[in-house]
Amino acid sequence: MVCEMETDQIEEMDVEVLSSMWPDDVGTEADKQFNVEKPAGDLDMLKEVTIKEEPTIADLTKLPELLNSTHQGTSQITNLVKQWNYMHDNASRLLREELLNLDRQREEAEAKELKIIEDYKFESNEPENVPVLDETSDLFRKFRQKKRDVLVDRKKIEINEEFDTVAYWKQKALSLEKMLEASTQRERRLIEKLHESLKTMESHAAPVQELTENLKRAEGFLHFILQNAPIVMGHQDKDLRYLFIYNKYPSLREQDILGKTDVEIFHGGGVKESEDFKREVLERGKASKREITFTTDLFGSKTFLIYVEPVYNKAGEKIGINYMGMEVTDQVVKREKMAKLREDNAVRKAMESELNKTIHITEETMRAKQMLATMSHEIRSPLSGVVGMAEILSTTKLDKEQRQLLNVMISSGDLVLQLINDILDLSKVESGVMKLEATKFRPREVVKHVLQTAAASLKKSLTLEGNITDDVPIEVVGDVLRIRQILTNLISNAIKFTHEGQVGIKLQVISEPSFARENALNAGADEDNGLTETSVWIRCDVYDTGIGIPENAIPCLFKKYMQASTDHARKYGGTGLGLAICKQLVELMGGQLTVTSRVNEGSIFTFILPYKVATSDDYSDDQDEFSDMTDHQSEPDDTTEGYFQFKPLLGSIYSNGGPVNGNDFLPHKVMLTSPVKLINGLVADPSNNTEQSETVQVENGGYVDESKLETSSVHCPESAHQYENGNGRCFSKESESCSSSQASSESGTLEMESELTVSSQREEEKADTDLKETSKPKILLVEDNKINIMVAKSMMKQLGHTMDIANNGVEAINAINRSSYDLVLMDVCMPVLDGLKATRLIRSYEESGNWNAAIEAGVDKKTLENDQVCVRSTNRLPIIAMTANTLAESSEECYANGMDSFISKPVTLQKLRECLQQYLH
Amino acid sequence: MDALITQLQRQFRDYTISLYQQGFLDDQFTELKKLQDDGSPDFVAEVLTLFFEDCVKLISNMARALDQTTGNVDYSKVGASVHQLKGSSSSVGAKRVKALCVSFKDYCDTQNFEGCVRCLQQVDIEYKTLKTKLQDLFNLEKQIIQAGGRVPQVDIN
Repeated sequence: MVCEMETDQIEEMDVEVLSSMWPDDVGTEADKQFNVEKPAGDLDMLKEVTIKEEPTIADLTKLPELLNSTHQGTSQITNLVKQWNYMHDNASRLLREELLNLDRQREEAEAKELKIIEDYKFESNEPENVPVLDETSDLFRKFRQKKRDVLVDRKKIEINEEFDTVAYWKQKALSLEKMLEASTQRERRLIEKLHESLKTMESHAAPVQELTENLKRAEGFLHFILQNAPIVMGHQDKDLRYLFIYNKYPSLREQDILGKTDVEIFHGGGVKESEDFKREVLERGKASKREITFTTDLFGSKTFLIYVEPVYNKAGEKIGINYMGMEVTDQVVKREKMAKLREDNAVRKAMESELNKTIHITEETMRAKQMLATMSHEIRSPLSGVVGMAEILSTTKLDKEQRQLLNVMISSGDLVLQLINDILDLSKVESGVMKLEATKFRPREVVKHVLQTAAASLKKSLTLEGNITDDVPIEVVGDVLRIRQILTNLISNAIKFTHEGQVGIKLQVISEPSFARENALNAGADEDNGLTETSVWIRCDVYDTGIGIPENAIPCLFKKYMQASTDHARKYGGTGLGLAICKQLVELMGGQLTVTSRVNEGSIFTFILPYKVATSDDYSDDQDEFSDMTDHQSEPDDTTEGYFQFKPLLGSIYSNGGPVNGNDFLPHKVMLTSPVKLINGLVADPSNNTEQSETVQVENGGYVDESKLETSSVHCPESAHQYENGNGRCFSKESESCSSSQASSESGTLEMESELTVSSQREEEKADTDLKETSKPKILLVEDNKINIMVAKSMMKQLGHTMDIANNGVEAINAINRSSYDLVLMDVCMPVLDGLKATRLIRSYEESGNWNAAIEAGVDKKTLENDQVCVRSTNRLPIIAMTANTLAESSEECYANGMDSFISKPVTLQKLRECLQQYLH
Repeated sequence: MDALITQLQRQFRDYTISLYQQGFLDDQFTELKKLQDDGSPDFVAEVLTLFFEDCVKLISNMARALDQTTGNVDYSKVGASVHQLKGSSSSVGAKRVKALCVSFKDYCDTQNFEGCVRCLQQVDIEYKTLKTKLQDLFNLEKQIIQAGGRVPQVDIN
């Protein structure tokens, strides 16, 4: 069966498009649909079978040839013949056996007859040798029997005649006759059997019919299978011309296909590919499958799974290919859809996890933010209240014991504040909020200052020394605040753990360390600032002769809240955050912090940082940075000195706290008189209650007594023009007076009122001390709320400072353009131009040196252009945001817009003081 | 005379504490008090005068902006005024007014008319109440001074 099927396959189908092979109407369409050919030559039998039945399977002209010449064909025929032979042999064998059987029986019978004849010779004349197989034998025998009967009668007579004892013979004859009869009967039975055998033999002897049956079954099977199979089958010769095709859905007639190649039949995508594939199979001689998408005019875009196998002739030469194709367009589409789905799924999953990560990070950030906010608001404020109050208390009359207690209180409070600030710093660094600044500074001065500060509060007899090698540049660019923080931290650590000997800082220039070279790219990212410098790596050792650190404690030294041991923590106190912050800061700046130590001998903390070398042509810009220092120590060659030493000095006058801007105090004190006038104008009569004073103000059209203006000795101009050629001092006076404006937002006009500064100016003129003038920091408050201005101003006054006022971002820009400030307090939410935008514009001015961005943003061009005389400050102007701490005014946004820090509203004395301490040096 | 002063002083202290406890004032008011020294003896009164004056102006602005007869409500205008008032009240430590302003601002942002109107009414009541109370407080202060006493420092906690 299987073999037969193969044969059929080979015979008939061909490629491409085609239609049902065995529908009901097969009979009528047979010719067209299939290439029915009467096989010639030796295939008689096959021909008979195939064609006589139904012309359902198409033969090609060349089919017989094919069958003769190909391996498949040959083997198929051989198979058929073998089967036939086998059946034939079987039948013959059966027949032969039957014959043998009969022969044997006959011989037996003959032998018996012979015996009888020998015994009784008279019977010998009877014709016994009848051929068994003779058709007529039966009749003949019967005939002979009758004859014999007659004869016997005659014999009896003869016997009677011949022998005396007639009775005896008669009897003998009768018995013989009976025997003969029995024998005859046996013979008859045998003959019958023989007949039967012959008949069965006849039925076995029809192999042709048998084969026909088989073929019929095979064909039925094929019918059954292929009836609806959406396949195309075909045979192509060596040149890939179709010799034969079967197609379930024919769209071409066979004459359009036969004898042609794919390329000749179709045009479009895939045809060439399939042709090449077939050729490849033909060349390689290996059956193979491939999926090919056809895009033809004939049947559109369809994908076929194609199976091609080479066909060999008997000599083993390739003569063509068999081809089978099945349309799998839907499956391919589905598969592609599935793949796409799977891909989408994977992408979605990836996105999801990414999103989750982001959410996680966001949550973390939020939490960090939350923590920051909580810290600053829930702990810092009340605590600074406590400390501040304690400080105030310390200025009152106290006895010795009370003072001691108070000092403990203050120092403890300071410690907790420091801890909270540390935590805030840490979370700032970790949450990436910490921004580094690039300012010019002098390493020598920083080292000196740090040591000086440390020496001031030193309560042990230690020698503090600073050693800076000559190759360290006089000025470098870096975040001086952070570097100072690190140095201070390390030094105070060193002092804390050192009981005698010395503590020192050593600076030296080194070649680029290996870790930096690896991170060269990252480091490069930092050099985005427009100044042209070269980088220099400076190694800073902070060494001491203290208790040292056991080796096993070193790894956890830089971890948060960890100290070398709990013993140390008890003994020396501290938060355990300092080193962690130092390390993070150093790393943030692209450097490395390491430590080497020997127990009881001392420790060396080393940090290596890259700096940019500043061009040293404008020292003066930095002067204010270190003004407090130069005030204390009037050493002329601060800039180049490489060695400082601070001998033990118990009871130092600096022992209580950080830098105090003592110089600034006097002029501000003097200025305190100014608000009196303001107030007098408002609440002239002390008996007035608030209600009354309100009406007074309303009558005056504002809280400012305008008469002040008239009586003031100095006329304050509405613009700064007449001062523009003045020196810096004059500028500062001028802008103070002018920007203390109380703009009435309703009328939209800008009134310059100077009642505050009028008096201060007068006082300053009296004092006329240039030094004090220059050292007084200039602060600009940008705020639109009158009450806030009033409160803030009053606070500033208490802190010993005056402020210029700008009512919105535009005014702030104008003010900054007119004169240089040391600090700007900037409200975020303001009319006209808000604080964030204003800060951005100011930063852009600092970078570019022009106000183009501001002009673009709509700030009045004239006011800005008029003052180009003003020397641009190369230092970054500290801008502190004042936020209402709402979501809309987040600290991140402040930092992102170039602000340096923020104060949450309402502004308190303490917050202002901290801010000024941090940003005014 | 001394007894009167002592009584007045106690009265002043209790009244101040009650103002804090009832949430009319917060620490920022204390800050203001701190700013008042010999150089500016009436600083608090002065700031508060300015504040209440501001209140009148801003509240009338809000009321005008919220008046529907003039057409659509300009919430941004209302919001700007509320923001101003919030800043001012925060600066002087007018706790209740400030708290009201916070929710008022939310209503403005969500353009909730009913909420805005309710807040406006409350703010109006609240600032007037505060004003009366503070006037009482200042009157006490004055009485103490007139009696020749010193206005006591009130420790809120």
